[in-house]
Amino acid sequence: MSSAATANGTSLRSSSRARTVLRTAGTLPLGVKIGGLVVAIFALAAIFAPLVAPYGPDQLDLNAIFAAPSSAHWFGTDDTGRDVFSRTLYGLRLDLALALLVTYIPLPLGALAGAVAGFFGGWADTIISRIADVMISFPFIVLIIAIVAIIGPGVEAFLIGVPLAAWALYARLARSRMLVLREQPFMLATAALGYSRRRALFRHAFPNVLRPCLVYSTVDLIGNLLLLAGLSYLGVGIQPPTADLGSIISSGQPYLLTAWWITTLPGLTLVAFGVGVGLVGEGLADRSSEWSAQ
Amino acid sequence: MSLLEISDLRVEFPSDEGPLVAVKGADLIVEQGEVVGLVGESGSGKSLTCRSVMRMIPKPGRLAGGQIVFDGDDVTALRGPKLRDFRAHSVGMVSQNPFGSLNPVFRVGAQVAETLRVNRGMGRKSARTEAVALLDRVGIADPERRYLAYPHELSGGMCQRVMIALATASNPRLLLADEPTTALDVTTQAQILRLLVRMRREQGMTMLLVSHDFGVISEVCDRVAVMYGGYIVETGPVDEIYHDPQHPYTRALLDSIPELDSAGSSSRREPLSGYPPELSERVEGCVFAPRCRFARPECGSVSMELEPLGPGRASACPVRPLAGGCADPQSRAETSA
Repeated sequence: MSSAATANGTSLRSSSRARTVLRTAGTLPLGVKIGGLVVAIFALAAIFAPLVAPYGPDQLDLNAIFAAPSSAHWFGTDDTGRDVFSRTLYGLRLDLALALLVTYIPLPLGALAGAVAGFFGGWADTIISRIADVMISFPFIVLIIAIVAIIGPGVEAFLIGVPLAAWALYARLARSRMLVLREQPFMLATAALGYSRRRALFRHAFPNVLRPCLVYSTVDLIGNLLLLAGLSYLGVGIQPPTADLGSIISSGQPYLLTAWWITTLPGLTLVAFGVGVGLVGEGLADRSSEWSAQ
Repeated sequence: MSLLEISDLRVEFPSDEGPLVAVKGADLIVEQGEVVGLVGESGSGKSLTCRSVMRMIPKPGRLAGGQIVFDGDDVTALRGPKLRDFRAHSVGMVSQNPFGSLNPVFRVGAQVAETLRVNRGMGRKSARTEAVALLDRVGIADPERRYLAYPHELSGGMCQRVMIALATASNPRLLLADEPTTALDVTTQAQILRLLVRMRREQGMTMLLVSHDFGVISEVCDRVAVMYGGYIVETGPVDEIYHDPQHPYTRALLDSIPELDSAGSSSRREPLSGYPPELSERVEGCVFAPRCRFARPECGSVSMELEPLGPGRASACPVRPLAGGCADPQSRAETSA
């Protein structure tokens, strides 16, 4: 056993907690470590874009139009001399914030709806499941384009449309998980201990329901990031000149043969970030199934 | 007055061909301070009888008849908050699966402390102190540190100890132990049994212990009820049943216990042939007759009522082939003595 085992009293509590975290991190698969590192680097660079970026996102330099990647401009410059690296960081920052928003706001709501449906069954299940079915079977892109048609192009359509459909997937996932959980001995034990159904549902079942939802959310996050970039690329998402990966990629397209870096390097950034999140998600999914197997 | 009186308990499962009756009129009395064993094969209805007391019969099964009286109160009539209060304070249950019975996402100590807070209204701090004391009481070494462990970090025996701490946290008057040692290896089994015996001695805990293992029952219990095919076929003090079984099924059950002495020798135990009846089968007369060595033609028309044989003893076999000493040349009582 470790030397901390001999420590006493209050220090035991915090040291044990820290040790658990460290031990867990140490045993994570290599993929998660690499993915986590990639995600962390990109996320930190995006969050601290104003500090990291060498130029402002909209700062023009008409003396350096279409400059190739160099030590002064890592990702080169675009048709108005804006630094592509700086714009990529700012773009990632905005895209990431929006993608996180539309992923992690519907998650608890959907998980809650699904948990309630699975726990109580009966009419609650019927109503929630049917609404979720409708939301899932509705063609998603069409929904967003329809919203764009109503309120005009911009980020609002994305912010309204995605959560409208996304909660349903989490609800379905949570419901199926709850059906399994409901029969677990520890859920029976909550009844045997005389706990209320509310306590059994929210305190004992819900944290277990969240786990698969969180694993799935990594896939969802990449999906939403790509969707936002895609919408911006199509011109119905974030509007230029605001820096965003989709609009940067799209703005470089006419110059692909002469200034390849404007489209390619932000594109590769998006790919790398997506792969990083994917690696983390896959590792968590493996670990999660190990947990459930125990 | 007895602490627990079960009379004519019937548990049914609905099916397309009419209800399947899993427990067919069980009678059982548990006195205050007594440890009663309920023994039988898989599917004999012993776990269902146990869970009926908790009013936790797995769906779609239902309590179809009979009475369960706990300390003068009719348990079958409890509803809503009263039922919850009964489960929270009057009875505790330890189940078969120690790993699955603890919530994997919470530290074990926190789960014990939660019970103390919810069921005994303790504050956060005192609940924590008391939870550590409870873990200590159930024989968990270094309880301060184990308090912080997650269930997957503990062994099966440890988890079962935590379960016992959970079930006894609110000082229930009756502890229902449904196969508490079945999922554990033999040495751990012995430790858990010793723990139950100690808790019984120190706290005067009343227990209903369900097991398929007569060895487990005989170590812990004062009285035993033998179940077969949904009926209680014999009851009595554990020593008397062990040395002088009166029902042929009890006899067969005892005969199938392997003993170290008999390993390799010619006096190997006779295993009971055949299978227990299916729930869907309707057996006329004695349910055990098809497998019984002593079966006679009249067994097809006898009732399964328990008939008193003496003080505290009853058997459901009116034929009584084992009365007045054993018909078998090699007496069980001799070999085991």
